Amino acid sequence: MTDWHSHLIIGPIVLPMIIASAMLMANERRRILKASLSLAAMAAILIMALILLHESANGAVGGGDTARVYRLGSWAAPYGVVLVADRLSTMMVALTSVLGGCALIFALARWDRAGPRFHALFLLLIMGVNGALLTGDLFNLFVFFEVMLAASYGLALHGSGEARVRAGLIYIAVNLTASLLFLIGVSLIYGVTGTLNMADLATRVPAIAASDLGLFHIGAAVLGTAFLVKCAMWPVGFWLTSTYSAASAPAAAVFAILSKVGVYVIIRLSLLLFGADAGASAGFGLTWLMFGGLATIAFGTFGLIASRDLSRAAGFGVMISSGTVLAILGVGDPAALSGALFYLIGSTLACAALFLLAEILQRGREADVGEARAVFDDEYRDPFDDEERNEPGLVIPAAVAALGGAFLICTLMVAGMPPLAGFVGKLSMISALVGVGGAAAWTLVAVLSVSSLGALIGLTRLGVGAIWTRDEDAPAFVVGAAELTAVAALLGACVFLAIFAGAALIYTDHTAAWLAEPQGYIHAVLGGGGR
Amino acid sequence: MMELVLALAIGVLSASGVWLLLRPRTFQVIMGLSLLSYAVNIFIFAMGRLKSGAPPVLKGDVFDPARYTDPTPQALVLTAIVISFALTALFLVVILTARGITGSDHVDGKEPDA
Repeated sequence: MTDWHSHLIIGPIVLPMIIASAMLMANERRRILKASLSLAAMAAILIMALILLHESANGAVGGGDTARVYRLGSWAAPYGVVLVADRLSTMMVALTSVLGGCALIFALARWDRAGPRFHALFLLLIMGVNGALLTGDLFNLFVFFEVMLAASYGLALHGSGEARVRAGLIYIAVNLTASLLFLIGVSLIYGVTGTLNMADLATRVPAIAASDLGLFHIGAAVLGTAFLVKCAMWPVGFWLTSTYSAASAPAAAVFAILSKVGVYVIIRLSLLLFGADAGASAGFGLTWLMFGGLATIAFGTFGLIASRDLSRAAGFGVMISSGTVLAILGVGDPAALSGALFYLIGSTLACAALFLLAEILQRGREADVGEARAVFDDEYRDPFDDEERNEPGLVIPAAVAALGGAFLICTLMVAGMPPLAGFVGKLSMISALVGVGGAAAWTLVAVLSVSSLGALIGLTRLGVGAIWTRDEDAPAFVVGAAELTAVAALLGACVFLAIFAGAALIYTDHTAAWLAEPQGYIHAVLGGGGR
Repeated sequence: MMELVLALAIGVLSASGVWLLLRPRTFQVIMGLSLLSYAVNIFIFAMGRLKSGAPPVLKGDVFDPARYTDPTPQALVLTAIVISFALTALFLVVILTARGITGSDHVDGKEPDA
């Protein structure tokens, strides 16, 4: 544990923490310094995430999949806190760093000047997300979740304004309550099993006495509810669209990954603790996940068709994407899960891009958001009150063509139409579901297809309204170079995913197989002590 | 006896917490969240089993687990208290901001009949 390489896994957590805390020392007026520091940090995190991803994609030296385990303070696994980088968590960390980097670039155009300490909050959010993805301990997960949520409260309110404060009030109240549920679930599970380490927990689940099993299941269900609130499953997800559509565009884009962290934890815990080896607990809660997921897809689709505003539509897109992955997880088929993981990457990137595009397209119309009365004059200023700061930097010509093209790609991705990655994901899910057969799988196939159609109708209508049939007196589109770079990078990642869909599907196939066989994870954490 | 008192305390705290959480005024909501977090903290503590007069830290040469209390839930409670305290303070700031901006302490940001 001396060479830098073995410490790599903690980098995506420690680096943003150090930079964010160092940034608090500097004056808010040193914008260039802060912007370049956070850009450098995000670039370093992206590189670390890609190295980790490369390692887990190529598997162990002797062949087969493995997980990289980092024992904090070198304490042995069930007693100390461990960080685990396996195929699923490195994939999510890489997704987070791509998404975070693009949202940050978008913010540099002007949103980072809309309120104080944007960069520090942003890096702390990334730290919390990475920590929650990498940790192998339930209580440590709670701590990182709280770091992530605390930073997200700040970002949700970034830019101030009445709409944001009202939406933020609801967001914070809902998430504080969900955190209390999280604690109740964790402590019930600890009370029954006496451990908080996820791998250790997985070995103890089959041996739980029948008299304690009910209590353990209650604990798991309460814990699961806390994460389902986070991934906005119907009927506990109504907070999502109002918060995300009120938040500033870069914050909303990076929030798209927040709900996926909830999905990630559900996938991880459900397959680790309630896999085939779990005895009486095997498959616990899967039926609920499937019906909840179906209801979420349906609600999200209706919401998307009904929404009259692009950022609300993007919020419903996030709900559809969470619901799809949850429903597929509920089916319990590894091949379908592989498609769902592929779909998760593409749809998260596309929803984030949609939030960014929505802000550009609606810029002329929502001028009143920033004009609400300030409470603290020195802290919250109207971001666009003077000419100098209203200038988004280098302005891109032919903005309408670029925006139209970007919107087209977003629509195809969210709706899952050919030829892009959204279609590949949906197709592999549907073909796996056809293989599974049965009423539930066919219902899911039907719901997925209808939801594609609904998303296509809703987004096309909004796109026509926003680009082609715009108000005569609306100002011309102004797109900053940084903004277009961010959107182009997100959509470029989607196109890249479509071109290299074969390799990506092989990766998600292996991931789903690895998740279906939790012994590898357990052995890596408890037995071998990492490689 | 101790179990009964503890269970009653958790029950009363969480029942009042949930009731206050569902009230329309922001002050009631924050009081409800505080009461709920007290209930949760005591609940975590109870999950380490109730034992009186037993230290959580090993002392001397006696290694009989029955004579000690479980230290993990105490560490968890400490973390949970700190986090919920900090986030309640943050929520309070947001509530005050909302009161200043909207001119109303209703959770919807406007009076129901307005």
